[in-house]
Amino acid sequence: MEQDINIKITDRDGVTHEVLAPTDMAMNLMEVVRSYELAPEGTIGICGGMAMCASCQCYVLSETELPEMQDDEEAMLSEAFNVKDNSRLGCQIQMTPAMEGLEVELAPES
Amino acid sequence: MIKTDILIIGAGPTGLFAVFEAGLLKLKCHLIDALPQQGGQCSELYPKKPIYDIPAYPEILAGDLTHKLMEQCKQFEPGFTLGERAETIEKQEDGSFIVTTNKGTKHQAPVVAIAGGLGSFEPRKPLIHNIAAFEDKGVEYMIKEPEFYRDKKVVIAGGGDSALDWSIFLSDIASSVTLIHRRNEFRGHLDSVEKVQELKNEGKINLITPAEVVGILGDKKLKGIVVKKAEHIEKEIELECDHFIPLFGLSPKLGPIANWGLEIEKNAIKVNNALDYQTNIPGIYAIGDVNTYPGKLKLILCGFHEATLMCQSAYQIINPGKRYVLKYTTVAGVDGFDGTRKESPKAVVKKIE
Repeated sequence: MEQDINIKITDRDGVTHEVLAPTDMAMNLMEVVRSYELAPEGTIGICGGMAMCASCQCYVLSETELPEMQDDEEAMLSEAFNVKDNSRLGCQIQMTPAMEGLEVELAPES
Repeated sequence: MIKTDILIIGAGPTGLFAVFEAGLLKLKCHLIDALPQQGGQCSELYPKKPIYDIPAYPEILAGDLTHKLMEQCKQFEPGFTLGERAETIEKQEDGSFIVTTNKGTKHQAPVVAIAGGLGSFEPRKPLIHNIAAFEDKGVEYMIKEPEFYRDKKVVIAGGGDSALDWSIFLSDIASSVTLIHRRNEFRGHLDSVEKVQELKNEGKINLITPAEVVGILGDKKLKGIVVKKAEHIEKEIELECDHFIPLFGLSPKLGPIANWGLEIEKNAIKVNNALDYQTNIPGIYAIGDVNTYPGKLKLILCGFHEATLMCQSAYQIINPGKRYVLKYTTVAGVDGFDGTRKESPKAVVKKIE
């Protein structure tokens, strides 16, 4: 299980969950949220993870270094609602061992 | 009243393939979709994205898949009610159902198949506290009739293709067009972005970026909007207008189907997957991404399979007691309702002397 990392995800009800996220299954943060059923089906990852719906928007609470935002993600966040300076799209954050200790909060559904 | 054999709610890939499968059984279909075009999520969200797990297509664009499915089912002459959302369902004494849309169009069928994907796509509404009070009183989320805006002061908000395209289009019709976007960069096609730049330079489009609409002005009718520019976050600008059109894309919602008395689990409709994908209401089926059952996979190819089994079961409801034997298209060919016939060439039998 050495490929698993510990991350904290605060759901839309404000409950924080400590979960083990695999880094060897090509999973992104949105898929981790879905696999642990931390948001109702149909409310997250609607576009399937293509940075086209912003349903997986989250706020990054920790100082964890994340992959740089690409054009698609930036463009989607420029149109999304409830956007903050620390907003990211979960579908664009691929799980890697360097993300041990990542803490995020799911943005409200919109 | 539109009458058909199978009324399909949702014109995405699963709904379109169901038309073909129903056609093989000589059953006629009519489809309702809240979107103005066929293809569902494939044509609305990602028409230019390639899909790699459609059997026999190593790669196909989502928009092309829709096109191919339309081509495949057109011989069975499906009817379409597009741009309308299925609102209510009533069971009739003869066992059939009447489904009425939000625009009052009525449809009657002995079988209803819900192929609604993630639900009906509704406009994403900006988070402005009093916006709901001005809906249809100056605030519109879709442009249905451009002439409605002739000689009016129009404000459009958004940064995608819809916002850009309508700003360009209305710049010739409206007395003024203002486009407001949170960033200086736009998400739309390069051509559209360049055209907006050109129209801005000509004074035909008033561009306000980076900025956000934060308030609505008016009493019973829209009189203007309040804008906050990013670099003057403490200062708000009031802008007089007749129409405010936020174009922030669409978001899927299960919508009125959720109130039809169907068993719902995790935003999806529970079905009998061991048999035929029928819901808890006999005669109503749910196929594709809209349904759920143990082991469900939300994949287009699974929707195709479910559509096929649904049609076989629907046949028994529509033709009670009639026996049907599964036939292969390679053997039986395909008889279109439009009079066409496709069949594989027969082997030439040569007499041995």
